[in-house]
Amino acid sequence: MTESPDGGALDGNALDGNALAGPLAAVYAFDVTRALARCAHCGDVSVVACAVVFVTAMGTVARCRECGEVLLVVVGTPTGTSVAARGVAWVRA
Amino acid sequence: MTEQWHVAQVVGTTPVTASARAVTLAVPGFAGAVAGQHVDVRLTAPDGYQAARSYSLAAVGADERVELAVDRVPDGEVSPYLVDELRVGDRMEVRGPLGGWFVWRPEDVGPVQLVAGGSGIVPLAAMVRARRDAGPEVAARAPFRLLYSVRTPQDAFFADELEAAVDLTWAYTRRTPPGWPRPARRLDAADLAASTFAPSDDLTVLVCGPTAFVETVAGLLLEAGHDPARVKTERFGGAS
Ligand SMILES: Cc1cc2nc3c(=O)[nH]c(=O)nc-3n(C[C@H](O)[C@H](O)[C@H](O)COP(=O)(O)OP(=O)(O)OC[C@H]3O[C@@H](n4cnc5c(N)ncnc54)[C@H](O)[C@@H]3O)c2cc1C
Ligand SMILES: [Zn+2]
Repeated sequence: MTESPDGGALDGNALDGNALAGPLAAVYAFDVTRALARCAHCGDVSVVACAVVFVTAMGTVARCRECGEVLLVVVGTPTGTSVAARGVAWVRA
Repeated sequence: MTEQWHVAQVVGTTPVTASARAVTLAVPGFAGAVAGQHVDVRLTAPDGYQAARSYSLAAVGADERVELAVDRVPDGEVSPYLVDELRVGDRMEVRGPLGGWFVWRPEDVGPVQLVAGGSGIVPLAAMVRARRDAGPEVAARAPFRLLYSVRTPQDAFFADELEAAVDLTWAYTRRTPPGWPRPARRLDAADLAASTFAPSDDLTVLVCGPTAFVETVAGLLLEAGHDPARVKTERFGGAS
């Protein structure tokens, strides 16, 4: 079903959005995993903790539970952590 | 303090099973954890290479202490080190407490069904301990049942303590104690029907374990009529 950014199948290692708590805490002051997020692709609204998460060497990828599209990517670099959340229409705390 | 890495020092290690070990860390400033939360642990090799993994809190309440229980994943990068090599006095880094969704608080009202596979017991044990420590009034408000799937009796974490604190059903997948009525097999719909709370409007179900286990159990729960919004999961990873 889903593939890692480098093309490898990673289904077996799927985690829950709970596992985003650490990576996202490097950027946001509140616990984003408890927030509601709307998928920009299919419109599904669910708690971020329920997303499907893959930890890869490149970073942490969260996908929509319903449609499998990428919601957000968290990348850690030596100078800090960045979050790209183009797959999220909105977040409500 | 969640946003930063904090230096942690190992202050105790205790065997839990032949493949698992409890590790106690002293982490200055660590406080306010809720049962079900986890920390991220980061190890740095002498050459600067870093590896981070998540580990659930096995107990909450002792300020500036982090209690973990780690199972060895054969050929894993981090867990064999934590189980076999780590010694009292060693240092690492910890970020947390993390995650406010897969949690139970003593002020939560209503029945709770816990379903654990293997090391997935760790955050659920923290909940059982928090409920026990909160006293009989809390326990009466929040009836708990635990269904715990392990390969063999020797693979169970915290068996005596859990049996004393919660209504517990064992499901053995490889080998049972002598004379055990249920043959060794994977958890199935019959086990859930016999040994878990039926679906209801105020029930919370918390499922934790290897990813394949969580997916199987969550599927069975939905087939049994549980509301998906009341079933919370924590996948620990692992190939299916
Ligand atoms: C929120 C959260 C909480 C966690 N809490 C705990 C805990 O309390 N105790 C605990 O022991 N573990 C826990 N884990 C799992 C832990 O984070 C690591 O994944 C695990 O210790 C394996 O790490 P490793 O570096 O040894 O293996 P890796 O080098 O990462 O993996 C080696 C191989 O083992 C497989 N694998 C990875 N994880 C698992 C697994 N959990 N079970 C079976 N196979 C696996 C991988 O697919 C890979 O093929 C938790 C995970 C999450 C996301
Ligand atoms: Zn979607």
